[in-house]
Parts: sequence; C-alpha cells; structure tokens
Amino acid sequence: MTAGKKILGAAVGAVLMGSGSAYADTIKVGIIGPFSGPFALQGKNFQAGVEAYRALNGKSVKGHDVEIIYRDLPAANPAQSRALAQELVVKEKVQYLGGVYFTPDAMAITPLLSQANTPLVIFNAATSAIMNTSPLVVRTSFTTAQTTNPLGKIAFDEGVRKAITVVSDYGPGVDAENAFKKAFEAAGGEVVESVRMPMNTTDFSPIMQRVRDSGATGLFAFLPSGPPTLGFVKAFNETGLKRAGTKFYAPGDLTQESDLPALGEAAEGLKTSFHYSVAHDSPENKRFVEAAVKAIGSADQLSFPAVGAYDGMHVIYKMIEATDGKQDAQKAVDAVKGLSWTSPRGPVRIEPETRHITQNIYLREVAKNADGKYINKEIQTFPDQKDPGLATQ
Amino acid sequence: MRTILSIAIDALAFGMVLFIICIGLSLTMGLMRVVNLAHGAFAMIAGYIASYAARDLGLGYAAAIFLAITGTIVISIPLERFLYRRIYGSSELTQVLMTIGLTFCVIGITNYFMGPTLKTIPLPQALSQPVDVGFRTIAAHRLFVIACGAAVAVGLWYLIERTSFGIKLRATVDNSAMSDALGVRTQVVYAISFAIAIGLAALGGVVGAEFLPIEPYYALRYMVTFLVVVSVGGAGSIPGALIACLVLGLVDTTGRYLMPDFGNFFFYAAVILIVCLFPRGFLGRAQ
Repeated sequence: MTAGKKILGAAVGAVLMGSGSAYADTIKVGIIGPFSGPFALQGKNFQAGVEAYRALNGKSVKGHDVEIIYRDLPAANPAQSRALAQELVVKEKVQYLGGVYFTPDAMAITPLLSQANTPLVIFNAATSAIMNTSPLVVRTSFTTAQTTNPLGKIAFDEGVRKAITVVSDYGPGVDAENAFKKAFEAAGGEVVESVRMPMNTTDFSPIMQRVRDSGATGLFAFLPSGPPTLGFVKAFNETGLKRAGTKFYAPGDLTQESDLPALGEAAEGLKTSFHYSVAHDSPENKRFVEAAVKAIGSADQLSFPAVGAYDGMHVIYKMIEATDGKQDAQKAVDAVKGLSWTSPRGPVRIEPETRHITQNIYLREVAKNADGKYINKEIQTFPDQKDPGLATQ
Repeated sequence: MRTILSIAIDALAFGMVLFIICIGLSLTMGLMRVVNLAHGAFAMIAGYIASYAARDLGLGYAAAIFLAITGTIVISIPLERFLYRRIYGSSELTQVLMTIGLTFCVIGITNYFMGPTLKTIPLPQALSQPVDVGFRTIAAHRLFVIACGAAVAVGLWYLIERTSFGIKLRATVDNSAMSDALGVRTQVVYAISFAIAIGLAALGGVVGAEFLPIEPYYALRYMVTFLVVVSVGGAGSIPGALIACLVLGLVDTTGRYLMPDFGNFFFYAAVILIVCLFPRGFLGRAQ
C-alpha cells in the first residue's frame, strides 16, 4: 500500500518537476548491534564502518535518501533481538536490516525475513549455519572456519607434527577447534589433545601446564577478543612455553587491533590468520581507515567489525540501486549474488550459492610499525578463501 | 609431582589475589555490617589510576601503587561521608541497592572517560621476568603477589589484635553505643576502617591486574567471586578469608587443570559443600 503510494507520488513528482531523480524519498536501514555494555566497542566499530561508508559514498543512492536507524542490543539475547527486528520492520518501516554481532541474535531474526520482505546483511555473526536459515541473508564478515582453515597447513609447514587445541567453550570456539583439526590432520599432523575452557576463565596457568604436559610442539588457540586474551597470551609467555619454543597459532580475534596496545610486547611475534588487518596496505584501506578513525574518534579503537559494516553498507547500497527504492527483498538479494568489489581488506565477492563473502585470508604477525605502534603485519596471503563450513554442505 | 607443585603455586598466587581484594570487603561486611557491592569498583578505580600513572605519567611501579591507593582513598572519603554514613545500620536491601547503584555509576563514568578498552599496568623489569623455581618457571610477579598477600594478612592481624586502634574497632563493632559512651569516637573509627578496606581493595586491584585485567566491567564481572569468598570465609574473619581464598583458589585451579570442560563446576560445588557444612563460613561468628 505504502509502496504503491510512493510510486504514485514519485510519478506525480516526476511529471511536475520533469526529472526522475529529483523526488526525495527516504529508505530506512535498521542496524542492530551492541552499542552499550561490555561489547560496546564492537558496536562502535559497526557505527564507524557505516559512517565511514556514508562519508565516502554519500547519503543517498539514485536520489533515494538513506536513513540509518541504530538499535542497541548490549549482549547476546535472541528474544530481544527478534523484538528489535520486529519493531524496526513494523514500526520504523525499514527496508533493510543490518548489523548483528552474535550468532544467536542472527538466528532469531532470520525466520522473520521472508514475511517482512526484508533482507538481512550480517556485519559480524560468524557461524556458518546462519546462511542456511533464510535465503534473504547476506554476510560480509567472515566465519571462524574460514579464518582458521589456512592455519592447519601453516603449522604443518613450520614443522609442527603434534598440536594441542585450546578454545573457549562456545559455538565459535568449537567451530575453530574442528576447522583447525580438520586442516591440520589433512596436512598430515596430529592433534594430541583438545581442551575447551569455560568462557569466564581468567587464570590460564593451569591450561598452559596442560599444554606442556601434552608434549605438543604447536598450540592452536581461540578466544573471543576482549579482556581474557591478555591473560592468555601472558600466561603463554610466563609459564616458559614461549621460551621452550612452542609455536602459537590463532585466528585474528586474539590480536584484535583494539587489544594490541594492552597486549603490546607480550604478543610480539604471535602469528594469527584473519580476513582484515587495519594495517593492510592498499589505497582503499587508507581511505577507509582515515574515514573510520574520524567516525570512531581514536585510532586505537578501530578493528575488524568496522570493515564488516563498511562492506555491509556497500551491499545495502547496491541493493537499493538494484531495486530503485522499492521494497523487494528477493530482487535485492539476487542483485548482489556474485557481486565483486575491492574492499579495504582486498578483493571480495558475494558467493551466489551461499551468499557469504569470499575473500583473502592473511597470515599476520604482531610487529612494531615505524611509529613504534603494534600492528598486525600481513606476511602471507591465501587468496579467494570460501567458507569451508558452507562449502562442504 | 612437578605438575602438582606447579598447580599448587598457581593456586596460591590466584588465592592471594582474591585474598587481598576480598579482605577489605570481609572487614566492611563483618565489622561494619555494610554490604558493599561497590568494593570491586574501588579496586577497578585503583587499577585505572595505576595504569594512568605508569603509562601516561611514566612513574615507576611502586609510585603507581602508592598513588593508586592514596587516590582511591581520597575518592572514597566523600563517598563515605555523604553516602555510606547514611546506610550504616540500614537494612541489607537498602545497602545493596545503594552500593550496586554506585557500581553502575562508576562503570559508566570510567567507560566514558577511560574508554572500553583494556588497560594494563606495566610491570618493572624485575617483576616481568619468568623466574626458574626449580620445577618450573613462574612469573616473578606471581611470587610478588604471594608475598603481598602474606604481608597483608600479618599486618591486618597485628592491627586488629595488637594495637589500641584494633581494640577501639572491636569495641565499636561489639557495641557502638557503649563505645561511644566510653569516649571512643566511633564515627572516626568507622571512617578509618572504611579507608583501610578501600586501600586494600586498591592494592589488590593493582597487583592483581595481571589476573583480573582492568576494564570498565571489572566491578561487575568479579563481584560474585568476591562475595562468595567472603561468605565462605565468614565475614569479618581474617584467617577465615585467607583459608577461603586458598581453598577456593586450589579447587578452581586444580579443577581447571584436570577437567577444563567442566568450567566453574568444581568452584561452585565446593562453595555449596562448604556453606552446607559451615553455614556462617569457615570462621564466621554467630550473630
């Protein structure tokens, strides 16, 4: 009904003004993320990515003004996530949903999409299975399996034959454990032990003792970014494992840029694999970092969720362009299938079958840059990595 | 055997961090009968001050600790005078509501001014080296924490049992009206005890920052752990708190080594068992 009215209004406007692009309607985009609470930094990164994209690419597409409505979801809470999405669709009449930091929150929204005729562009939530729950989901972040996968071969090539995995005991941790195990065993190595730590562990010395007792020469670890990573890395150094020559591998969540000033020297030399480093050397990234730092206020706080949001906005803008402002979720999603562009992280593509992003995964090392600041320095590139979690299904 | 020793020393260090932070809470709860849920918030404030002093002002570790303790006490004095003094002797619910409100305020303020990222307190060279203690290497910092914990325990015991201030404090706790009548300035005694409790929280927050990293949600994240330690030890008892910290530290560390997948199961199972056997905590006094 409203859409009909809008078209009518548009037609009248066009006749009156004699120009198709002069009519100004507003397309609303609802972004759900943790903007307050313990994960506020990640939400701030969402916002910085969105604002950076709008600063560089304008606030309207083909004459349609784009309005962003932010909704705060401080911690993983599926019921509230669903309520927020419903409110955005019904009350605010948004045409697109975006954001979502945690997997359970995304899972709670996907069943609504087809009835709401609204696509969801996920900026972060990183579990493979989300993509199967609705054909109207597109994701511009990464999956844990995707970022972990190359590490198995790297570890084997560096001479590790026996490895131990230590992960936080929750969905993505288990994903990481399985992905590493699979890749490492495919390369010819052996995982001698798998330890799952509770999420709220703060003292990691006993875990390190276990690593030592296992006789493994390589340690694969996954912890969500945040306070515990510091304790984990310190425990690794202080219990003498580093000195004994145990090799340490982890996906980049562990050395998120916003944690690096605190990790500092303790993390120097750690090798992690990830889809994006703020220090990525390309003109696109330079432009992005400049705009995003302006939006977030401090260079120390910028990290990977911002690039997910930035590319997510790119996808949403392309969708608006393809549907010319009309609400047609299926057409919008179809329009971005196979879409490829150069993101600040490097060349990327939306895979038509899975609607997940295919991208380079980089092996990085924590090192000091010319200004004496710690960065994730890219040392090796694994081009065109699909999500192995989805590719096998 | 090496593994057992190794776990024991980790447990000891972790237990001592808990002890330094919690003993202040135990004193306010047991001696002053104030349920101070904002105790962790004071430890966190101290951590921020120490981090600022060491990283931005370039002061040494000892100076940072000193500044953090005095700074936190200075912040706590007006709070004691204008907020806490009103709730001495109130019902527990009033105390809990006020102090948890204070906690949320502190979290909001630190988040606004210091930002949501982790803050570290750089250790001096001597404390950041791993030390070889024969059967394993351990961070020198952990040995320092163990020494601090022992010093705090002995110092407090001496203060309360062997000095004239200790006598006044115990008298005030047992019967404040009578002490008042006998010429003890109970308001002053309360204010000093409160300052000591906050100072200990501050010390614990700074030296324990390697175990419990400083970030705005520190105050809430570890609140339950702190309260559990106090109730297991028995509010107000120094040896009780020490035993509780060592036992819980040992159970937690051993459980985490043997069966990491079980998480906090052993910790809470031990708490339930102890509270069933000793309803007032290990050395709590009958009310």
